[in-house]
Amino acid sequence: MLEAIGNGLYGLIAGFTNLHWSNPIMIVVGLVLLYLGIKKDFEPLLLVPIGFGCILVNIPLAGLMEKEGFLRIIYEAGILTELFPLLIFIGIGAMTDFGPLLENPKIFLLGAAGQFGIFLTLALALALGFTKLEAVSIGVIGACDGPTAIYVTSQYAPHLLGAVSVAAYCYMSLVPIIQPPIMRFFTTEEEKIINMGTVKKSVSKTTRIVFPLVVTVFGGLIAPKGLPLLGTIMLGNLMKESGVVSRLTKASENEIANIVTLLLGISIGATMDGRVFLTPQTLIILALGFLAICLDTACGVLFGKVMKVLSGGKINPLIGAAGISAYPMSARVVQREGQKYNPKNFLLMHAMGANTGGQVGSVMAAAVMLSILKGMGII
Amino acid sequence: MKMDNWTFGITMLVVGMGGTLLTLWILSLIMSLLKKAFPYKKEEEGK
Repeated sequence: MLEAIGNGLYGLIAGFTNLHWSNPIMIVVGLVLLYLGIKKDFEPLLLVPIGFGCILVNIPLAGLMEKEGFLRIIYEAGILTELFPLLIFIGIGAMTDFGPLLENPKIFLLGAAGQFGIFLTLALALALGFTKLEAVSIGVIGACDGPTAIYVTSQYAPHLLGAVSVAAYCYMSLVPIIQPPIMRFFTTEEEKIINMGTVKKSVSKTTRIVFPLVVTVFGGLIAPKGLPLLGTIMLGNLMKESGVVSRLTKASENEIANIVTLLLGISIGATMDGRVFLTPQTLIILALGFLAICLDTACGVLFGKVMKVLSGGKINPLIGAAGISAYPMSARVVQREGQKYNPKNFLLMHAMGANTGGQVGSVMAAAVMLSILKGMGII
Repeated sequence: MKMDNWTFGITMLVVGMGGTLLTLWILSLIMSLLKKAFPYKKEEEGK
């Protein structure tokens, strides 16, 4: 009788006695993510479910990530199959207006320069002893594009998924803090005040409709391994621009994107079990991710300086910082910085062009990377 | 194919950065051509 009562009481404290030292730390990490999302408004749509998922998975004996645990089911259905990032991409495509980019297609090049950090960080990760596929997954944080980072990492280094996706989303939300000092450092006072004029409306509806088709076919032929990423974002955009499937467009940018974001966030949080997450490797990944975004910004601004020279001083190099995929935060940062030095300067639409170029650029960079890996026989 | 990290890193740097830049440059050219092929007309405003 007493033994039965003892066993029963033990059942009530088993959660406490089975706590691994890393679990309370990770619960605090989860709380910090929730704080950043709720109080600081840093990417709340993702940080709130990620933070909560992190707390859930660090409570012992609940078995949420064990076979048939509900988080494991979501994780296997949407992350391991790569379905969630792709569904999110349809929504992103439906929400993105590529008009400012099409007004000035040369700005596409800034979207390429804004991805250079991916490859530089990849090389650095290799030098630090990560395996090839791990280095690829770490480098892709520099795409500054959560779904792309998740897509690549879940395929080639699933054990790093928690660290990579947390880094990608946290740094994306910190773009307004990370970018300005780098932009100021790499530009002169003269360059900061360059007025690029207003963006003229000069893109026909036909061009807008043909754009996603051209990117899909051409990009897919060059980098077939990245076609799922490219195809889904362009499908969303085609639906938006065609204007004939408004129900599907609205569902993609609202209901589908919302549901998938919730499931994606909570299942990423579920990969943050303290016993596998709290390692020196995670800290290195977070540092490399930060470096990747700094390098992206620096390369974008430096390429902007090149374009300034080539255009005869018509391009303000600040817009190069928007060549990353953090849309539209990065474009807003450029606008704010530009106005600090020249209150009459409106760089927003030019920066939006570079920013949407960065969105295509990040997907294209990942696609190119995967195709090179395939070509080298590594995947 | 066995490849050392050094060769892999350099290849990814050169072909990756070059490939991304080249692809987007070609896309920008195609976009410029498309704009010429399908010019914007004033009547499209308000549609």
